[in-house]
Amino acid sequence: MSAPAVLEVLAPGAYASLQDLGRRGYRRVGVPWAGVLDARLMRIANALVGNAEGTPVIECFDGGLQLAARDGTLRLAVAGDAVVEVECAGERRLLTSWRSLTLADGDVLRVRRLERGRIAVVALEGLALPRMLGSASTYARAALGGIDGRALTAGTRLRAPPASERLEQMLPDPPRPAAGPVRVVAGPQADHFAPATLAAFVDAQYRVGTDADRMGVRLDGPALAHLGAPEIVSDATVPGSIQVPGNGQPIVLLADAQTAGGYPKIGTVIGADLPRLAASRPGQVLRFAWVDASEGERLARLAEAELKAMLGTLRPLLDGGVDLAALYACNLVSGMVNGLSPEDPAA
Amino acid sequence: MSARPRLLDAGDAAFTIEFGAAVDPALLAAVNALDAAIGREHAAGRLPGLIETMPTFRSLTVFFDPLRTGRRELIDTLQPLLDAAVHAAPADGRHWRLPVCYEGDAGPDLAATAQAVGASVDELIALHSGTEVRVYMLGFLPGFPFMGDLPERLRLPRRTEPRVRVPAGSVAIAGALTAIYPWESPGGWHLLGRCPVPLFDSGRASPSLLAVGDRVRFDPVPAAEYQRLDAALQGGEIDPARWLAASAGADVDAGTR
Repeated sequence: MSAPAVLEVLAPGAYASLQDLGRRGYRRVGVPWAGVLDARLMRIANALVGNAEGTPVIECFDGGLQLAARDGTLRLAVAGDAVVEVECAGERRLLTSWRSLTLADGDVLRVRRLERGRIAVVALEGLALPRMLGSASTYARAALGGIDGRALTAGTRLRAPPASERLEQMLPDPPRPAAGPVRVVAGPQADHFAPATLAAFVDAQYRVGTDADRMGVRLDGPALAHLGAPEIVSDATVPGSIQVPGNGQPIVLLADAQTAGGYPKIGTVIGADLPRLAASRPGQVLRFAWVDASEGERLARLAEAELKAMLGTLRPLLDGGVDLAALYACNLVSGMVNGLSPEDPAA
Repeated sequence: MSARPRLLDAGDAAFTIEFGAAVDPALLAAVNALDAAIGREHAAGRLPGLIETMPTFRSLTVFFDPLRTGRRELIDTLQPLLDAAVHAAPADGRHWRLPVCYEGDAGPDLAATAQAVGASVDELIALHSGTEVRVYMLGFLPGFPFMGDLPERLRLPRRTEPRVRVPAGSVAIAGALTAIYPWESPGGWHLLGRCPVPLFDSGRASPSLLAVGDRVRFDPVPAAEYQRLDAALQGGEIDPARWLAASAGADVDAGTR
């Protein structure tokens, strides 16, 4: 038996935290689910390193996450459209994401930047974390999950068994960016808005505001006028709730959001579309479309079937470590290599 | 109360059963009865795909896994429980007497609030601590109790300028409600005092100290006593259960409504 190796966080980047599928059963006492914003990325990354699907992962926003292997070799995988750099004995190599890779003692992995969206997920083979209230997901407000209930910071150390002998895996045909409007089920307080306002919401474009994190995303666009007072006796929120405060600018609630709220909720983003909303960058323009609840359920089942099919296509990387996709990516992004410096905003 | 509850969509994985739109103990009784009935069915394995429920002042939100069940199917199963819930009587909760320091930095809005309601600070404290309140709902933060009803005279709109940081333990009022902030957070309520008792502990089997339906009365304590309790609680020397009123029956709720 070999002693565990350590994955050390050298830098968390914009924001990074340990997440799994989240905590269920405690909304009644005010505890949100937390959990990964895009479970698809978590499941793919875990499959790439051979973990159970729901094993905790590192979820990072934008670029800048830097991880180093200590005291042994570790296997990791990155899911998300990220530019990944591996530094091995002083030599830097750019890789595509959607694959596993092995870090030897002292090697460093960096998520340089995201080509699309804001979220990437890093799985670590064999990672096991204690659960609090049924989950390892970090919810910093109540100091739950993760390491000491906090987001990752430079110096955080994660223990994991040394990398197994299995071949490196890749996902040959990664998910493509979803096109079309973000789909929304009307309610629970759609009747606090005039029919013309409901129509205007899906006719208009909304821009993702700069206030966007794991709690929610503020949208800027045409104000949604309430028929009456812009408040209700507080009721439950759900991930995806679109609450409309007095200024008429909608806010979409995400995994870490408050469990109850006093603003009318015009609609709820369906689960299948919530990850891409969560990953939208500030300034990005979104459109919305109404669907009914049963169509939302159908789309949830469809998304699950598509993911299952995708997980079935994982395959080992080519013999001899020749990774054509990675070579191709290096050509595409080779300009980055000369630009590396600690001042790089993505570093 | 016999009005038909309304079914409201909350996306593809939840729906809300709304009994009414107001803060009203009769609505709360219906919500809690339905919640308890669903809890029993769930525990007996008769609601596959149900994830959890969230009771509020006036509604129950049901979370489900759309890969395992559907909105239509669940609603059909819940219908008989729903019919029974609308006639439920309020359940009797536990009775608490929680220490609150209404002094100095602990209650930064005491003077302004006293002025706004036309009372002296001492009268304000007597009004607030002299009212037994009911826990209507837990949330928006872990363990945060929305409690009411305050006497008419204490009801004020929220602050026009919400605070960016309300300290943990702050005892606050807004409208007919009072609350204790279990965590530092932004907040727009008027801060009257500070309670040293931790309301949420993930190490407890039941992490929230208070439960929906519990009755709470506040006991004014001087700053020195607050400090002593705070230190003893943080050191684990005091079990918060000591503030449970020994006999629920002895604590008549004449102060509420």
